Amino acid sequence: MSANGAAPLLAVRDLSKWFPVRSGLLVERTVDHVKAVDGVSFDVAEGETLGLVGESGSGKSTTGYCILQLLKPTSGSIKFEGTELTSLGREQMRRMRRELQIVFQDPYSSLDPRMTVGDIVGEPLIVHGIGSKRDRRARVRELLDVVGFNPSFTNRYPHEFSGGQRQRIGIARALALSPKLIVCDEPVSALDVSIQAQILNLLKDLQRDFGLTYLFIAHDLAVVRSMSDRIAVMNQGRIVEIGPAEDVYTNPQDPYTQALLAAVPVPDPRAMKERKARRRQLRHALAEG
Amino acid sequence: MALLEVSDLKTHFFTREGVVRAVDGISFSVERGRTLGIVGESGCGKSVTALSIMGLIPKPPAKIVGGSVLFEGRELTTLPEKELEDLRGREIAMIFQDPMTSLNPTLKIGTQITETIRRHYDVSTQDARKKAIELLEEVRIPRAVDRLDDYPHRFSGGMRQRVMIAIALSCDPKLLIADEPTTALDVTVQASVLDLLDDLRREHDMAMIIITHDMGVVAEAADDILVMYAGQVVEQAPVLELFDHPEHPYTEALLGALPQIEGEGIRQGRLTAIPGRPPDLINPPPACRFAPRCPYASANDACAEHMPELREIRSGHFVRSAHPASERAGARRPTGVGA
Repeated sequence: MSANGAAPLLAVRDLSKWFPVRSGLLVERTVDHVKAVDGVSFDVAEGETLGLVGESGSGKSTTGYCILQLLKPTSGSIKFEGTELTSLGREQMRRMRRELQIVFQDPYSSLDPRMTVGDIVGEPLIVHGIGSKRDRRARVRELLDVVGFNPSFTNRYPHEFSGGQRQRIGIARALALSPKLIVCDEPVSALDVSIQAQILNLLKDLQRDFGLTYLFIAHDLAVVRSMSDRIAVMNQGRIVEIGPAEDVYTNPQDPYTQALLAAVPVPDPRAMKERKARRRQLRHALAEG
Repeated sequence: MALLEVSDLKTHFFTREGVVRAVDGISFSVERGRTLGIVGESGCGKSVTALSIMGLIPKPPAKIVGGSVLFEGRELTTLPEKELEDLRGREIAMIFQDPMTSLNPTLKIGTQITETIRRHYDVSTQDARKKAIELLEEVRIPRAVDRLDDYPHRFSGGMRQRVMIAIALSCDPKLLIADEPTTALDVTVQASVLDLLDDLRREHDMAMIIITHDMGVVAEAADDILVMYAGQVVEQAPVLELFDHPEHPYTEALLGALPQIEGEGIRQGRLTAIPGRPPDLINPPPACRFAPRCPYASANDACAEHMPELREIRSGHFVRSAHPASERAGARRPTGVGA
């Protein structure tokens, strides 16, 4: 699927994640399933960013968690560099995690408040038994420097920092093991616009400098557009449209994608007049269709 | 006379760490039937401004320490609580960001709407219920008659915000203050709620203040825009003028920091990030509050010594900066603009 014919870094086929709905007073029985992810397939080539965009409940984050095996998929295949992740044992998966990391949405709850910045960033190195204590300390300072966080603050605690600074700590931790793929799960949605721009620029710089591959998950269509080479639009657990970012945004084929794009408020009062008229039309069409 | 006239309003929070100057001398007015957009990032004082107008700030620790709020010529900051209660809901209504927490989860939707109606009007339960059904229909909630006896948890986020709007409209207010009304909603739901607010504002001939962090939302919903930074108004202009000719370095930076959904070279390009972060409002910079982050400030010491005044740079366009875009070296003066 990738342009140069090489095998993709990540290949997802027919991925499904169903959550059981249980009912019953004494004996709980599964009465139904919520199909959070329902037959999703895509490839991500090395060094590219695939954007995964959709509204709440579309299954985009669940897809990300399944790829990292943080949730066990109900069915389907996830191949990373040709290795099937869904059949790996616990220890094998642990080793595989060096290559696959995640940056979470909320820099307030995803960092342990009782650990210092240095310990948070250095923990993955300890878990994987990398380097001596001294090496690790040097590596932590290097990582913090790379993400634009003052390395002399390694002995401070997360609560002393703003959201943007905390997200830098989270990114430094994700980089600690020099992964190939990073799943970014709404990495800037908790941040103000001016800080959001700093973090998006940082993620772009890191990708260029370290040849990272991103699966970039977000609900903000403009944010996803600015980060992605290709974009997949999700709705109700399925990918309704996937393609090069430019094509999907300028010539959307699926009615849901069209409605979604038309709904975005743009910072241009003249363009907004047209967009308002168009989105009303599309909403009626979608409601009737 | 403007419907609402806020002048030199100051709301400070008296905390153990010191006095937080959350709103520090802001002035603006809202004309009948117009929509004012107040835009700014977290902590800039936009919500505290709204709460101060409504008399809803938590006292203590907050206190209005100066300025006035005139609504139809009546001073609200000194109004006794009893009279404020009559005014709230009836003359000025407010909807909040989070429709999940603004409704009482233990009361039926119908009860919550009729209670507002009966608080302000002397009508029978039966009539109030009839009015509630009309209101739910007006905010386009399907099967309004059946939904009246549902509890809030049976409604989606967008539907709950519609219920909140119905309650806000129940007494035909002259001014509706919407504080981040669509921030918690998905983008397609946001669009339909904004369309609804737009229609209702026309039909009811209301004035509206829409408070948001989203430049796109004000671009579509507002007639006039107020940009706030660190407790102050830094720029104020009619919507087209503001987006065509932003003057304040902060407004320019905010627009530059926004990712675009269409255009060339988006993937390769970088966003114009604003270095640093907003100041601490206990010890704000002594002069221009944006100076520490401003790309033009270093050239001129005045920024660190004098607080720039909010001045009218063109008719109807106000800016608080020593370095507005049109006065920088090599700047082209915008032509053909006027009030």
